Amino acid sequence: MKPGGSLSIWFFIGVCLFVNGALIFGRGIYELISPPQTQVVLSSLHANIWWGGLLLALGLFYCLHFSPWRAQATKNR
Amino acid sequence: MIPALLLASSSTLVHLSAVDLIIIIFYFALVLAIGLYLKKQANTGEDFFMAGREMTAWVAGLAFLSANLGSLELMGWAGNAYKYGILAAHWYWVGAIPAMLFLALVMMPFYHICKTHSVPGYLKLRFGEGAQGVSSISFAFMTVLMSGINMYAMAVVMKVVLGWDINFSIWVSSITVAVYVALGGLRSAIFNEVLQFFLIWAGALLIPILGLIEAGGWSGLQAKILHNLTELNVPNPGSYTHLWSTLGSFGTNPMGINWVGIVFGLGAVISMGYWTTDFLVIQRVLTAKDLRSAELAPIIGAGFKMMVPFIVILPGLLGLALLRDPQGHLLRLVPADVAWSPQGQAQGLHGYDEVLPLMLARYCGPGLLGLGITALIAGFMSGMAGNVSAFTTVWTYDIYGTLINKNASDDAKVRMGRWVTVIGVIVSIVTAYFAKQAPSIMDYVQELFSFFIAPLFGTVILGMLWKRATAAGGWTGLLAGTLSSIGMYTWVKIDPTAVRYVALSVDAQAQAQNMFRALWSCLICIIVTVVVSYLTRPKPDSELKNLVYGLTPIPKAEHVTIFHSPIFWGAVVAVIFVAVQIIFW
Repeated sequence: MKPGGSLSIWFFIGVCLFVNGALIFGRGIYELISPPQTQVVLSSLHANIWWGGLLLALGLFYCLHFSPWRAQATKNR
Repeated sequence: MIPALLLASSSTLVHLSAVDLIIIIFYFALVLAIGLYLKKQANTGEDFFMAGREMTAWVAGLAFLSANLGSLELMGWAGNAYKYGILAAHWYWVGAIPAMLFLALVMMPFYHICKTHSVPGYLKLRFGEGAQGVSSISFAFMTVLMSGINMYAMAVVMKVVLGWDINFSIWVSSITVAVYVALGGLRSAIFNEVLQFFLIWAGALLIPILGLIEAGGWSGLQAKILHNLTELNVPNPGSYTHLWSTLGSFGTNPMGINWVGIVFGLGAVISMGYWTTDFLVIQRVLTAKDLRSAELAPIIGAGFKMMVPFIVILPGLLGLALLRDPQGHLLRLVPADVAWSPQGQAQGLHGYDEVLPLMLARYCGPGLLGLGITALIAGFMSGMAGNVSAFTTVWTYDIYGTLINKNASDDAKVRMGRWVTVIGVIVSIVTAYFAKQAPSIMDYVQELFSFFIAPLFGTVILGMLWKRATAAGGWTGLLAGTLSSIGMYTWVKIDPTAVRYVALSVDAQAQAQNMFRALWSCLICIIVTVVVSYLTRPKPDSELKNLVYGLTPIPKAEHVTIFHSPIFWGAVVAVIFVAVQIIFW
């Protein structure tokens, strides 16, 4: 969906999820290596790693699938 | 946002790390970038106010839901779930799903075919300028108030969780909304609403997942709530986790309501009124590119709406089961006015509406916390942008273009729209300070709905389905319904014992009073409309074409597979809705 413009709304969403996922995943890895002094409840589940990873993967999929370059290539074909 | 750190007090729930701040700043940068990117595509009135009417069903459907999913929705209903138990979920299920399906399959063709810019615009076509004037002025009043409530809700989050100054939060966020809506108009608001929809789920979904793990699943959660409330001597502790079985009478549930209030007050009036006539949400569906998309959009919204209790109601219930103070005693949340009093602050009390931030702080460390806070900010912005963009359209087309300058050019309307966006935000900021007086945010919102939305539903539905309804009947009915609702509210404020007449029981709590007041005001609107219509001359059929059932040729549905059919997906949503009611009976 890209009414009136070349960038799809889904591409923006992909960028948003990708950046947030990367930051959260990265922080989770850092905490795994260097555990913080104060822990939240259920910190042993390492939610930031798997949740961040999920957002990262979803964001990457949206970025690639709805990228303006891919849309342009499809249009040219 | 950096200066906000300087405003933080030491007694906050959490402290943000660098990664949290980066996530929040990135979000603000992204929404502003979208507004700037879309500015060049908002040059005509149709672009600025109706997003060019070229949205797909998915975009219109997610924006339709997201505009309703403001921070007060997240925080207010989580607070209400803590206060009233699972009964609060009625506002997501019986209080939304039937109405959304009714909008999609029955009412959407009328809105779509007559190509109106707004709901008051439809009333002008159907009933003339009298009903349009009452509706547009009351709607404009309501939207800026709602916008102010959203703003206040967001500022409370910042205050509770981060210790940020309320005034600072209000001004930074509202200026951001003003910029991106004024630049890109409705298209910018919709793009950001879809983005915010994803952020809200990404940021809020972890709380119920981790909460259910900690509580031992749904059965463990039920057992813990029963144990805690019994320990606190709360009446009817078992009723907090049952949806329907405690609604046989007023006194057996925490809301003080019976099934009549829920089914007829909420399901048949408040919900129908909100989801089928509140222009804030209808405007999103009006941007759909064709009739099938316009019908599918509310159905898509309904599908997701059914899941929202997972991120809103469940955290409230988890708060009842799991929250404890630092000494290990059960933490009992209190009404906001008690929590915010000097004594409450000194004792470290928390209000009902703080339950979601408290749960967020319980499970989310650095990174996830930033995302959770961003979800709440996103909720605030989507709610506020929805109100502001709807207010801008109604003001420009139904007040300015109809009552002030009937010959305004398209360019003049776009200019007016940009200025009114800024003015609407400023008025909203003022109303945010009024919201501080309400003991519970959602009670305050439902009061507004019962004033304006309930009678409006009576007028619109009669207008669409009954060709005998006349212009005089329409506007006098709408006026009578609105004034009677305000009158009943004032009566109970002056004489609290009057609640036994207005809400049929002295046990009726604020929400129950709102439901019954809505029911009566809608009935008064309908009765007055019918009586006055029979006393006045109706319009000829030729003038009602495309406006009334029976006189509107509905385009034949294009040949699509069953999986693209609005009726099929409407039936799927309806079946799931019934199943959910039985599961949580």
